[in-house]
Amino acid sequence: MNIKIKIGLALLFFVELFYFGLIFLSDLNFQLLNPQGSIARQQRDLGMLVIGILLVVAIPLIGAMYWFAYKYRAGNKKAIYKPDTRHSKFTELVWWLIPAVFIFILAIITWNKTHALDPYKPLESSVPPVRIQAIALNWKWLFLYPDYNIATVNFIQFPQDTPVNFEITADAPMNSFWIPALSGQIYAMSGMSTKLHLIADNTGDYRGQAGEINGRGFSGMKFIARASSREEFENWVGEVRRSLKTLDENEYSTLSKPSENNSVTHYSSYEQNLYNKIMMKYVVPDGEKKMEEM
Amino acid sequence: MEFLFGRLTLGALPHEWFTIGGTVFMTLAMIGVVAFLTRMKLWKWLWHDWLTSIDPKKIGIMYFIVAALMLVRGGLDAGMIWLQQVMGASSGGYLSAQHFQEIFTAHGVIMVFFVTMGFLFGFMNYIIPLQIGARDLASPFLNTLGFWLYVAGAILINMFFVFGGEFAAAGWLSIAPLSGLEYSPGVGMDYWIWSLQISGIGTTLGGINFIMTILKMRAPGMTLMRMPIFTWASLCSMVMVVIVFPLLTATVALLNLDRLLGMHFFTTTAGGNAMMYTNLIWMWGHPEVYILMIPALGVYSEVVATFSGKRLAGYTSTVIALNAIAIISLFVWLHHFFTMGSGANVNAVFGISTMIIAIPTAVQLFNWVFTMRKGRIRFDTPMLWFLGFVFTFSVGGMTGVLLAVPPADFQLHNSLFLVAHFHTMVIGGALFGIFAGFSYWFPKFTGIKLNERLGKYAFWFWIIGFWVSFGPLYILGLMGAPRRLERYDSVTGWQPLFVVSLIGFGIICIGTAFLVAQIIVSIKNRKKYADLTGDPWDGRTLEWSTSSPPPFYNFAVIPEVKNRDAFWEMKKEGKRIKSKYEDFEMPKGTATGIYIAIFAFFFGFAMIWHIFWLAIACALGIVAFIIFRTFYENTEYEMKAAEVEKVERMR
Repeated sequence: MNIKIKIGLALLFFVELFYFGLIFLSDLNFQLLNPQGSIARQQRDLGMLVIGILLVVAIPLIGAMYWFAYKYRAGNKKAIYKPDTRHSKFTELVWWLIPAVFIFILAIITWNKTHALDPYKPLESSVPPVRIQAIALNWKWLFLYPDYNIATVNFIQFPQDTPVNFEITADAPMNSFWIPALSGQIYAMSGMSTKLHLIADNTGDYRGQAGEINGRGFSGMKFIARASSREEFENWVGEVRRSLKTLDENEYSTLSKPSENNSVTHYSSYEQNLYNKIMMKYVVPDGEKKMEEM
Repeated sequence: MEFLFGRLTLGALPHEWFTIGGTVFMTLAMIGVVAFLTRMKLWKWLWHDWLTSIDPKKIGIMYFIVAALMLVRGGLDAGMIWLQQVMGASSGGYLSAQHFQEIFTAHGVIMVFFVTMGFLFGFMNYIIPLQIGARDLASPFLNTLGFWLYVAGAILINMFFVFGGEFAAAGWLSIAPLSGLEYSPGVGMDYWIWSLQISGIGTTLGGINFIMTILKMRAPGMTLMRMPIFTWASLCSMVMVVIVFPLLTATVALLNLDRLLGMHFFTTTAGGNAMMYTNLIWMWGHPEVYILMIPALGVYSEVVATFSGKRLAGYTSTVIALNAIAIISLFVWLHHFFTMGSGANVNAVFGISTMIIAIPTAVQLFNWVFTMRKGRIRFDTPMLWFLGFVFTFSVGGMTGVLLAVPPADFQLHNSLFLVAHFHTMVIGGALFGIFAGFSYWFPKFTGIKLNERLGKYAFWFWIIGFWVSFGPLYILGLMGAPRRLERYDSVTGWQPLFVVSLIGFGIICIGTAFLVAQIIVSIKNRKKYADLTGDPWDGRTLEWSTSSPPPFYNFAVIPEVKNRDAFWEMKKEGKRIKSKYEDFEMPKGTATGIYIAIFAFFFGFAMIWHIFWLAIACALGIVAFIIFRTFYENTEYEMKAAEVEKVERMR
């Protein structure tokens, strides 16, 4: 290779390295690697375990590949050259067995962990859970607190060390509900109610967002999930209850129209049965009307 | 007016800078090409020798040209996406959300359907008949028809630049209900539907044709277990095409019924089921990525064996592994939506079935490792691409297994980690395979060896550029950055990584420039780089036994195959193919494929804009041409032995 090009490549490489270094020094917020809740932590640990097991096979295999590439290079006349080597059936069987054993181990882990970390499974805790119903609208998140009869847009608060039980649906295209620091995501779909359970170990504001592309306002469809002390949470509920806005039928039909980058809104109360009504709208033809008749 | 032009009104014509720019550029390019052809009096040559040719070698080259053009388009899209994401911190940037979403949709569709598929079909057209010792494909007509339908789809997808409207903005798979009439009322989604329908039918026809060819046209003595691995890989891939592409056609047709006639297959209301769309499209979509991957694995097996100067270790294992990958990949589609809430049992089953694919894939790696052992390895460009692929592909494979673990997937799904993963597979796997295959077989295509030095520069820039641009995306994924965001808060700290990623894209562009320069330099100095032997790499399979480029009938005498690596064994025995010529039949060129594709193109166009009279007329045209073609009797002509001898002497 031309020496100039070599120098150029090396320079480029070091510029990159330098830049990467700068980024890492300016502490990156690895939300998936620094989880703030037990669900997200278990998800991370599982991921690390899987990668670890895979590396046990991959490193020797890839290493052998590059070692052989070096050792048996055409320039190395000392290396043995046997163009017609045939491998016995037994050797080939070993090639199949090695990865098979590892995948077998991984399969057992996967089966167990998939059941253990099923997002539908309620979390065990001595504290009673907080229930939140999340509704994906175009393009904002509406949250209902059925136990407190309050509603919010693009903001939720809940106490730390308390299980939070989400029920999730949509009155808009399919979406995905995701708070990376606390737990993985689950889809929000109209006419369906999905469930997600999570718990926050530490107080803080966590970024929540829409995961699945759903149109123009997709990027702006984010919310804040605030984990606070029990006391602050109760105060916050009181504050929301004092809000002048209520989410009645009219207000909901305005809210559910497409809008982008909505700011946080509090509603001191909402129409009873709103969540079911939104669901029923899609479950049966004219579902909304039938719900009213009931 | 509405009857005449449907939805196509003056208001729909291009009026944004990018569409007008596209129109102007395409018109100028068109005028340039037409002027050049007229001036050089090349029209007749173009029509007779290329466009209406049924020679799979020429069709293969035409596939390459179209795919390369589409690669430029897809690459430009990629650059625009990256630039917007760099600028997108705290609501900056130069693209609107709609435009950004159109671009990444187009990028995905073009790269998968028109670039990777195009290149693979190009290789298969050129190489498979040569590898199996055949003079042509089983059905030359289906082949040209498939190719021209692919071209019609490729043009149609770019037509929104000219006729305006908008492009689909719901991601490359247009997941319902976002792609339904309620949320995407414009013509954009219809562009997506019809270019996929038309090119998809072309792909299905190609698949059928290659299966027939491989099963029925092999040279005497070439049993299935003596076939070269690339042919085996293509066979697996084409069987999958025939199994899953009808699924795509049906799914997209149902979506179209929803949109056109107001039906309710995938709508959220009136009993429609949007989840069913996700299921159906991924039942095609996951096998599709393996359709792209498997022929590339075949290319690598050829390259490793040739450049190690050694028999492929574990031929039987490789064949079983390829078949296993093909079959198992039909049963894993649900891993694309673990997050839909199917429940732990379903998720675990599909997670494990996905992991099982890692077994035959690892076996492939073992085969290559042991092929290199005790070989004599030459580091020509194809081998470099292979070695680069091994590392990239292993990382991609490991992240793939990670994504197959449902609880981990809940965090990584829809994140940039996922984006990095599948680009590692498609670029590091399929595209590097295409580059490896291209530099490996280029001497066969042209009789010219490629400039090695430029090829090596291209490789190093590509591999470094790839990791500089996709490494940060893995990191961003771990920071919880979702994909497809055109704007984000600057407090997230994502911007510097997007900057690194964009730099990587720049390096990739330099690599691509070297690839182009390599071809230009080599062709310019074709005397210096000429390869007169037809076998520049000391090859092992039959395609190297004929001259470069091969005569239009491939083999003057059909070789008789006695072993695997047929040509290698022939060379060892020191026997060249005997030259006792016989008469044989060759297919005649035909323009019917082009005519049908033109009708198909206008049919698609008419359906997009709801110009129903034109659609009906075109549909009738297609049917008429197909019936007309079935009455053709003399589609072949006789090639006399004396003529063959004359051609052979002149070479």
